[in-house]
Amino acid sequence: MVELCDLTVHQLSDLIKNKKIGVVELTKTVIDRIKKADEKIASYITVLEEDAIKQSEKIQDKINKKNANSPLAGIPMALADNICTKGIKTTCASKMLENFIPPYSATVYDSLLSEDVVLIGKLNMDEFSMGSLTENSYYKPCKNPWNTDRVAGGSNGGGAAVAAGLTGFALASDTGGSIRQPASFCGVVALKPTYGLVSRYGLIASASSLEQIGPITKDVTDCALVLNAIQGHDKRDSTSIKVGYTDYTSALVDDIKGMVIGIPKEYITQEVEPEVKNAVLNAVKILTNLGAKCEEFSLPIAKYAALAYYIISSAEASSNLARYDGVKYGYRAKEYRDLLDLYIKSRSEGFGKEVKKRIILGTFVLSSGYYDKYYKKALKVRTLINEAFIKAFNKYDAIIGPTVPRTAYKTGEKPKESIINIDDMYTVSANIAGLPSMSIPCGMDKNGLPIGLQLVGKPFRESNLLKLAYTFEQNTDFHKRRARI
Amino acid sequence: MEYEVIIGLEVHAELSTKSKIFCSCTTEFGGDVNTHICPICIGMPGTLPVLNKKVVEYAVRAGLATNCSISEYSKMDRKNYFYPDLPKAYQISQYDIPLCYDGYIDIDVNGTEKRIGITRIHIEEDAGKLIHDDKGEASFIDYNRSGVPLIEIVSEPDMRSAEEVKAYLESLKAILEYINVSDCKMQEGSFRADVNLSVRKKGENKLGTRTEMKNLSSFRAVVRAIEGEAARQIEEIEAGRVIVQETRRWDEGKNMSYSMRSKEEARDYRFFPEPDLLPVEVDEKWREEIKNTLPELPRDRKKRYINDFSLPEYDASILTSSKMLADFFEETAIKSNNAKAASNWVMGEVLRVLNEKQMEVQEIPFTAEYLAELITLIDKGVISGTIGKTVFEEMFNSGKNPETIVEEKGLKVINDQEEILNIVSEVLKKNVKSVEDYKNGKRKAFGFLVGQVMKETKGKADPKIVNEILKKELE
Repeated sequence: MVELCDLTVHQLSDLIKNKKIGVVELTKTVIDRIKKADEKIASYITVLEEDAIKQSEKIQDKINKKNANSPLAGIPMALADNICTKGIKTTCASKMLENFIPPYSATVYDSLLSEDVVLIGKLNMDEFSMGSLTENSYYKPCKNPWNTDRVAGGSNGGGAAVAAGLTGFALASDTGGSIRQPASFCGVVALKPTYGLVSRYGLIASASSLEQIGPITKDVTDCALVLNAIQGHDKRDSTSIKVGYTDYTSALVDDIKGMVIGIPKEYITQEVEPEVKNAVLNAVKILTNLGAKCEEFSLPIAKYAALAYYIISSAEASSNLARYDGVKYGYRAKEYRDLLDLYIKSRSEGFGKEVKKRIILGTFVLSSGYYDKYYKKALKVRTLINEAFIKAFNKYDAIIGPTVPRTAYKTGEKPKESIINIDDMYTVSANIAGLPSMSIPCGMDKNGLPIGLQLVGKPFRESNLLKLAYTFEQNTDFHKRRARI
Repeated sequence: MEYEVIIGLEVHAELSTKSKIFCSCTTEFGGDVNTHICPICIGMPGTLPVLNKKVVEYAVRAGLATNCSISEYSKMDRKNYFYPDLPKAYQISQYDIPLCYDGYIDIDVNGTEKRIGITRIHIEEDAGKLIHDDKGEASFIDYNRSGVPLIEIVSEPDMRSAEEVKAYLESLKAILEYINVSDCKMQEGSFRADVNLSVRKKGENKLGTRTEMKNLSSFRAVVRAIEGEAARQIEEIEAGRVIVQETRRWDEGKNMSYSMRSKEEARDYRFFPEPDLLPVEVDEKWREEIKNTLPELPRDRKKRYINDFSLPEYDASILTSSKMLADFFEETAIKSNNAKAASNWVMGEVLRVLNEKQMEVQEIPFTAEYLAELITLIDKGVISGTIGKTVFEEMFNSGKNPETIVEEKGLKVINDQEEILNIVSEVLKKNVKSVEDYKNGKRKAFGFLVGQVMKETKGKADPKIVNEILKKELE
């Protein structure tokens, strides 16, 4: 029998609507599973058992009174621990914010609460989302549910939690691939929206100009449902753009005839693991068979994306994280001589190694004498990358390739504190250029680890990506596989 | 050796918008500690700034009033430094593309007009305020001021004396008040000046090394700091030492400046574009709209007073130094149809009483219309000028209209011949000695007798009639 936890959001939604299951029952089932499984994979920092059950009772009541019509009503949700939740600890997986309880909520959380979702808990992550393994957590490293000797990806445990059935869906920020890469490693779906489609208000900033909040889900339909709920202009976020509401479920059509897809040669080099490359090329074949026109093209600037990314993201982070100074909230050193000593000790003790490294790097690239050499140059590269994508999108409806050139690393295989990870090249360019991008499962390697296919689209054309992903999904069954732990 | 002092100013003026620059908290001064704050203006994690459009409008007004060009596109930048009063550890300001640039204002010093260049005006947020306990054991932070909008007005190094600086600051303050963008209260910190100063030998072209002086909280402090710092720099040079580029803090109590930090210790602010905000756009239409709302500026008004009201330049300067005062004067002048008298009253009695009572123009308890009525009463001879002063005092005390006061207190001029004759007769009877003196040729006695009549009538008798009658009676 299929377990409840393995069902997608839309399947659960139908069961709830048809009174086949109760919201409280569903919540309890998920929490029981977390209790059993999360010891092994550590995808959560905070599990809100009591709150979630209370919330479920209220929502069930609303459903009974026919006052809850959202397809997300009663669905269990997990939020990365850098998304502010009023009255609930929001730690960024940092000692610095270990006991931080925000007196306000992120706009995305408010939006989802109004859709009557149930918040199950807050997800583990790399401290201040710096990392790509969820091993830089102040708490404990997150593991891959397909194989706990493997990493779950990062910078958050959303991929692991969704793949392990420990939530209906997850929401996390994507600064350089932070939802697509774990989705790829864990065999689930993720969508990073166009910069400005989703409000960043209440997302604890790491690299403001790069990050967007997006869903991690079990399939493409779920992705569209969640995106429907979180999209839209927010007057509290000046960078959120005034575009009209789009019903993304209307993009869920099994038809890509005539769609033109580009595959950058630079994305399928010998650096890509053969099994991953084969899976991607196989996906291209499937898409071609379904009526899309696929062709290779060159995107040479792509290889500079990761370098520009590390400079820009570190620069912004060094400024964004300066407010954690031990004065107002968060960690403060026990003993200090004077103000400078208070700053130095609080920040030295409160931040982990990776965070400190990036703050130092970011401070350096913005320093007088180095600004032009590094930061300004990175901004120029950013412009070139933007232009290259604009040019490519004159021709293509979507650009595809591997999300990551490999499957999940063995734990400890990658030095967990390496600033530059060349494997990030594939994902970061979408952040640099602010483009929508998805990762969907497209195969398994011989070790039984999932492989992800990345789709990148034109600004605010999430519908195109969803249609492409949905069509692929309808004609394959990679998305039906579930991790067993 | 003669030296030339070169001075440029950085003036920070708090804008009088209702709400702060990036959130909806009030900008009101003097609330209880940390009551005008929200998660945004204290920089809580995850919060984002949203630029208050009014701040842009006010700054553009200031730019237009000081003959600046307005940037169609400008941007916000982050200025990074650690200090407990700066909750985000960066100030959102403008770095390389300010909202307004290339302006000037004209000032008058000793009857000569001088043009002072304005390099730029940009918008930024104010910081909070540290409060230290008496024992020096703890410090507290009041974030009420955090996020209050500021404009920073940077001048060219065009000033050559403390006098010019004072004239520049007064003109700038008057302009900002006239256009209603700042209340410019130095004692509340809403108008502050930093002084960049260097000296060079007369005739030299190269600028000397400059120092920057901070913490100047009154015009007097600015003047004294300039005099002190110029003297210090000259002394250093004369002694064969070099001037160090540094920031100095002016200590008003000790009347001296001391070094805060040298150039080597200068902070590297690591300015970079603020990613949380979009570029600031001011299109031509908006700019023109703002331009059309600009009122007459102090200098234009001064010229008009000289031309239309024939006022001396000095009087016109004083009267136009504040918009409130100028408005008060102008209404009085028009309603009384006697600009000269209006000017005399405002420059004399009004400013004297305001000064005595430490009051502001807006606190005058009566309207300009009342003052005009008072002038008319005098002009029509209903009361004497001396009585006018008594009435004026009473207007300040009670706020009543002058006619009522004259009525109630019976202050009208006595010009009834018979009534005055009676009083004169009485006075002559009582002062036989003086009458004799007068008849013996002592002219002074006449004045005494007039005085006695005036005393009897409490100053109300028409002196002309008193004179006539007295003369007649004594012959």
